Amino acid sequence: MSLGLTPSQTVGPFFSHALPWPEGPYVVPEGTAGAFWLRGRVFDGDGEPVPDALVESWQADPAGRFNHPDDPRGSDFRGFGRCPSDVDGNWAILTVRPGRVPDTAGRLQAPHIDLSIFARGLLDRVVTRVYLPDEAAANAEDPVLSTVDDVRRATLVAEPDGDGFRFDIRLQGERETVFFSV
Amino acid sequence: MTDLVLRGYQRPGDDVHPPLYSPEYRSTVRRAPKLPPLYLPHSLTEITGPLLGEGFVHPDDADLTRQHDGEPLGERIIVHGRVLDSDGRPVPNTLLEVWQANAAGRYHHDSDRHPAPLDPNFTGVGRCLTDADGAYRIVTVKPGAYPWRNHDNAWRAQHIHFSLFGRSFTQRLVTQMYFPGDPLFYQDPIFNAVPEAARSRMISSFDLSHTVPEWALAYRFDIVLRGREATPMERS
Repeated sequence: MSLGLTPSQTVGPFFSHALPWPEGPYVVPEGTAGAFWLRGRVFDGDGEPVPDALVESWQADPAGRFNHPDDPRGSDFRGFGRCPSDVDGNWAILTVRPGRVPDTAGRLQAPHIDLSIFARGLLDRVVTRVYLPDEAAANAEDPVLSTVDDVRRATLVAEPDGDGFRFDIRLQGERETVFFSV
Repeated sequence: MTDLVLRGYQRPGDDVHPPLYSPEYRSTVRRAPKLPPLYLPHSLTEITGPLLGEGFVHPDDADLTRQHDGEPLGERIIVHGRVLDSDGRPVPNTLLEVWQANAAGRYHHDSDRHPAPLDPNFTGVGRCLTDADGAYRIVTVKPGAYPWRNHDNAWRAQHIHFSLFGRSFTQRLVTQMYFPGDPLFYQDPIFNAVPEAARSRMISSFDLSHTVPEWALAYRFDIVLRGREATPMERS
């Protein structure tokens, strides 16, 4: 049996009273050892900030494990963050560095955080990955990053930024972020 | 980690989801990425996903008509259905979030300037978990149609927004549920951005069997998320 999938629709402009919750941006509580802010802005093709986007994050715990039945190693790590953008397109989540996760061939991937971005004008979410700039050796051998051409690869690597890292999301235009089909 | 069996999820064809660039929906023009997405193999990061379960949802959250002192105005309805994967398996214990305009077609949202009344007894936000059989049930009022500025005399078809997580990052879905026979479908570019053969999957069906006599009408809306690949991916 194969049932037809339900199509995606835009999240629309009027979700900020419905989907965000106060702890949403906190993948880990404040004060957690090793916690840092991952923050950025969302821009449209004119370089204008997107004030009505929702950014969701999903990642492994520091040991590279997931709180999910498909990971028999187990974890109690929530792994999930959700933050709406503000009037200037800013979003931020407080998290910790994920461990390395094997790919389908058993090769270790570099630490990465998957992001989904929803917004008015996006009829389906777009998906990207955040890699960290101080993981040069792991990034160099990452099986996903290595498939991306040199110029565009930079859009997937966050920049150091004070007490954390900055990862801007450009939906289109110059330096359009690399998005993935999953 | 060699014990990890990585069984991915089936990928949708191009006959399901709307193209991101759908210029009749004007907001897509400056927001849809221009470059094609790169193929991401399903590693453990994508196969797993947030399981936001008990403790996250109160039983009252599923009744949008009982969140204030009084009852909201409008036509009270029950919306129910099942969340399944494309192999017909129920998706149990998964978070479902809904939000919608009130019966007059206005959202309880600061940016909604439509000159229709707000209802002090209606926020229009609900959530619930599916049961072991993938079933869910919410009580609400039928949302009104409302104008928007996409094109001349543009009106959104009546709809309820749905957000689902499934059991995997790959199953994440945000969609909208419509009502049968809506006369506004033909001019709604968000609805019509979906490939024609798949549009009917977004339309609920009137369900007499789940109405409550002397109290509420009912609509059924089943949601289908991706199923798993038949076999684990080969290790190279």
